[in-house]
Amino acid sequence: MKFQNVESRLVPMPATNIDTDQIIPARFLKTISKEGLGANLFCDWRYDKQGNPKPDFILNQPRIQGAQVLLAGDNFGCGSSREHAPWALTQFGFRAVISTSFADIFRGNSLKNGLLPVIVPPDVHAELFGAVEQNPAAVVKIDLARQTLTTPAGREVPFPVDGFSKHCLLEGVDEMGYMLQHDARIAAFEAGRVGSINTLT
Amino acid sequence: MPRTIIEKLWDSHVVHEQPGAPALVYIDLHLIHEVTSAQAFQGLRERGLKVRRPDLTLATVDHSIPSTDRSLPIVDELGRKQLEQLDKNCQEFGIRLYGIHSDRQGIVHVIGPELGLTQPGMTVVCGDSHTATHGAFGALAFGIGTSQVEHVLATQCLLQMKSKTYQVQVNGALKKGVSAKDIILAVIAKIGIGGGTGSVFEYTGPAVRALSMEERMTVCNMSIEGGARAGLVAPDDTTFQYLQGRPHAPKGADWDAAVARWKQLPTDDGARYDHTVTIDADRLEPMITFGTNPGMGVSINAAVPAPSQIADPGARADLEKALRYMGIEGGKPLVGHKVDVVFIGSCTNSRISDLRTAASVLKGRKVSPNVRVLVVPGSQEVKRQAAAEGLPEVFRAAGADYREPGCSMCLAMNGDMVEPGQYSVSTSNRNFEGRQGPGARTFLASPLTAAASAITGVVTDVRTLL
Repeated sequence: MKFQNVESRLVPMPATNIDTDQIIPARFLKTISKEGLGANLFCDWRYDKQGNPKPDFILNQPRIQGAQVLLAGDNFGCGSSREHAPWALTQFGFRAVISTSFADIFRGNSLKNGLLPVIVPPDVHAELFGAVEQNPAAVVKIDLARQTLTTPAGREVPFPVDGFSKHCLLEGVDEMGYMLQHDARIAAFEAGRVGSINTLT
Repeated sequence: MPRTIIEKLWDSHVVHEQPGAPALVYIDLHLIHEVTSAQAFQGLRERGLKVRRPDLTLATVDHSIPSTDRSLPIVDELGRKQLEQLDKNCQEFGIRLYGIHSDRQGIVHVIGPELGLTQPGMTVVCGDSHTATHGAFGALAFGIGTSQVEHVLATQCLLQMKSKTYQVQVNGALKKGVSAKDIILAVIAKIGIGGGTGSVFEYTGPAVRALSMEERMTVCNMSIEGGARAGLVAPDDTTFQYLQGRPHAPKGADWDAAVARWKQLPTDDGARYDHTVTIDADRLEPMITFGTNPGMGVSINAAVPAPSQIADPGARADLEKALRYMGIEGGKPLVGHKVDVVFIGSCTNSRISDLRTAASVLKGRKVSPNVRVLVVPGSQEVKRQAAAEGLPEVFRAAGADYREPGCSMCLAMNGDMVEPGQYSVSTSNRNFEGRQGPGARTFLASPLTAAASAITGVVTDVRTLL
């Protein structure tokens, strides 16, 4: 699936260090499927003990319905390596997350699932939170090919993304296919390999 | 040019590298468990692919399994299905599985080392962020997502960008009552939970050299809580002594050749790191976390920070949010705070030395009647060794609940949960909101601190009991 440019309202979640246990708690990891996780995205923040939506939690507010960009505090996605986190976020409808920094494993997992982590400097980050506070309908534009984020004020800000991930997202390239092309190289490496463990099979 | 061990490990595993793309890195050992692999096997099926190297792949069950009597059927239907699916996947793809009834079952990061599978100079991956545990042997060990599990199953390789190098130097020597867990909690408190993002840690210095292998595993285990995807300790005689004679360790002439190779791994004199942080072990006290991430830790007798002391509004709001969830006030120490549950276990602290340590405190004492105490060994092997040493009797005589091996209450997937609002002193690795059950409040600490708190029913400095 090719990544298309995004033009969307923002879902602000200013808490820093939002970990993958918050994004999708461990008790929902007993599934053997990738599906059905969106309903439990941020479950413990989103629902009360009886399972009713908490009206003050941002994901339950009518104004964010249809929004595709999460604006999160620093170091988003830390903790567990569970890929269920980006699965849950994309199933809810998110296509990009903006923060000042992302945990390594989460960032890698997101890029493999069409969820774009957009890293912005602290001043832009603060500007975006300010903009959405003033006007909840404020819209940002994300152009992956040009690697630019356009703030609601019209400021165009560059963001980093490695060339390989960008290519894969834009062209819908499957990393597995790329890796399998290197079969001969992998075999040659294996032939020269020393000190392998005793076989497990 | 002098290289760090991190660069040596990287260089020796790059299969292919081209500018502008991540390197193709070969993986020597792939560990699998029930929670993060099912979708990867399904992906292989859909693509018509096989597992390239089942001989370098090992599966076990740890996250979803009950810690209660294993001869009974599993009542949790989803958990049972997940185990059945792993069984089916391993059969179909020819992978060895140490399943729920195997005498080698255990937490994936406990059994790799104890079987001698984890060795210096290797690359090790697992769909689990605590894979860095294996770094204790001088291996480059990463936690990976399920897409990457699928990649490694099919190609035995990872697509990976080179990390920065980050030296964590621990000088001096630990005092009595202060342990490996306190070292890593202090490191994380100092650099913050995002401090190591983009880096691999190398733990160096005399205090690290003085640690046993199991203690080194405790330190490396929590590298991810400092933001680093991997963390390691260069191998030395302690490493070689631990490994020699283990089931999968090299034997005879192969052993001698392996040791000769492994001795080339440590960082060269004059090699440079991208970052360095220094900790003084002489000044370390037992550590405990007070908040909702592992970086929110203090010395056990030190005051928890008060929001009023924090100038930065964002940091103050974070601290307020954490203290509100935890139901505690800033400005005073945690010592003396009520405890409802004590959990001794997890891939951080469930090895035989951890159980011995806990037993040394609990022996001849009773746990507080107000505290539920769970002791969960990391593997069947740990359980056997503990039985041989009479530890289960010590735990039971003290009033603790001694259970079957697995992850258990660390992440509360298997029904072992802290109740909403309750306080737990836990030897595990994460104190995130709800980690040990919805509404659970976790204080992370060492097995010594956990055992001491179990007896008194309040957060306790173990040195008052030694």
